[in-house]
Amino acid sequence: MKKLLILGAGTAGTMMLNKLYKELDLDEWELTIVDQFKTHYYQPGFLFIPFGIYNKQDVTKPKYDFFPPGTNVIFSPIDKIEGKENKVYLEGGKVLNYDFLIVATGTQTRPSETPGLKDKLWYKDIFDFYTIEGAIALHKKFKDWEGGSLVMCIPELPYKCPVAPIEFVCLAEAYFTKRGIRDKVNISYVTLMSGAFTKPVASKMLGDLLEEKNIDVVADFYLERVDNDNKKIISYDEREIPFDILTIVPVNMGSDMVERSGLGDDMNYIRTNKYTLQSEDFENIFVIGDASNIPTSKAGSVAHFAGEILMENLLAAMEGRKLPAEFDGHANCYIETGYGKGALIDFNYTTEPLPGTFPLPGIGPFGLLKNTKMNHYGKVLFRWIYWHILLKGKELPIEADMTMAGKKRV
Amino acid sequence: MSEKTIAGKQIKVTEDGYLEDMSQWDEDIAKEIAKDLNIELSDKHFEVLKYLREKTAAGEALSIRKVGKSGVVDIKELYKLFPKGPLKFSSKIAGIPKPSSCV
Repeated sequence: MKKLLILGAGTAGTMMLNKLYKELDLDEWELTIVDQFKTHYYQPGFLFIPFGIYNKQDVTKPKYDFFPPGTNVIFSPIDKIEGKENKVYLEGGKVLNYDFLIVATGTQTRPSETPGLKDKLWYKDIFDFYTIEGAIALHKKFKDWEGGSLVMCIPELPYKCPVAPIEFVCLAEAYFTKRGIRDKVNISYVTLMSGAFTKPVASKMLGDLLEEKNIDVVADFYLERVDNDNKKIISYDEREIPFDILTIVPVNMGSDMVERSGLGDDMNYIRTNKYTLQSEDFENIFVIGDASNIPTSKAGSVAHFAGEILMENLLAAMEGRKLPAEFDGHANCYIETGYGKGALIDFNYTTEPLPGTFPLPGIGPFGLLKNTKMNHYGKVLFRWIYWHILLKGKELPIEADMTMAGKKRV
Repeated sequence: MSEKTIAGKQIKVTEDGYLEDMSQWDEDIAKEIAKDLNIELSDKHFEVLKYLREKTAAGEALSIRKVGKSGVVDIKELYKLFPKGPLKFSSKIAGIPKPSSCV
């Protein structure tokens, strides 16, 4: 039997396992997946927990529910990949051999990278909403908060789900309005980027949206440290912003396993060919999802689109053919903006998010770079799609390659 | 894209004033671009510019954090050398493309 090994059973790894289960001849191939944790979190749902819209049960299922029958499942931390020997070492010394390896070990938050962040105010006045623990702690804090300065800070790129902090401040604005204390809450959005978002057209649209909602945007702020005693964040050029509650996207980095394997860049993201999704170092290693260093968003939608490309290329590599498929960096993000509305952006390596309709040109039903109720329903529906279609590797009626149809150049 | 005379030479630049072709760069061009940004270049500045050009030539993407870990300067020093635009201004002066963040 030939061995296909997948490291990481998050969104990308689980989806690939299900796709491969359908495609490969299982008399010929043995499928194994390794992950250190047994719980699968619907991570886009973390954003809604601080506002009491979702609770822990809404975003949690056992990973086992999503593995096809006959898969070898190993719950263990991973020590390292030895690419030259086609071996993976697990913690504790167990060794797995592979013919082909898919790495889907994702990205993690590293609050310890910022001095003063994980200190005495951590989960008291300082929170992340990128972990279940952070999201729940923030929900408890918000429930009886009576107002003050709420500061949302983005200290480093890249980070998972680039629109989440924008959604967070919009939802916070709506939440405190509903509670009748909006006039007592100052909300600011502090970012190292030069505007609300990186790409110009979307940055303008989202910047205007935040202004409309009376949310201050503080741009080009590169966080150096957090002063716990005076409750301030301080940038490298000595600008200071006081806070009563600080919500932050901690610095993101790839798994330490990647560093131990010698396959990563300085942020532990695996050196990956951005078109073929093959490792730059070994021909029988492919990378999907947040674990790679490809220059696009770290988001489930990207993993989904990349999954189709990876499937084609992996099958070709298994048969010794030239890799046929090229990924274009396609990303598609719903942006929840509060009051039952949402925006949508669709973009790739070379085309920035543009206005228009999606997925059908001129029809929609979703509006690109527009704030509509229909876009909000798309986001609500997505949780069902995630559990029932996306993780199970089933087809969605959206092409992997981005299309210009329905988009307007501005 | 347009042409601009910098330090007596015809140079191709983007609409933001970044060099189109990093091979057209020399130290005089760096000094003149820096002057427009109110920066007077020291040896330390040139060390940073050299690092940025080497990494760019090798096809590596740059970030403030990466420069800060390079051993050439730390982040605080980088801000002092290129106030308000540690990566944007230094890239412009180094004759390399405008740093893009790809979120």
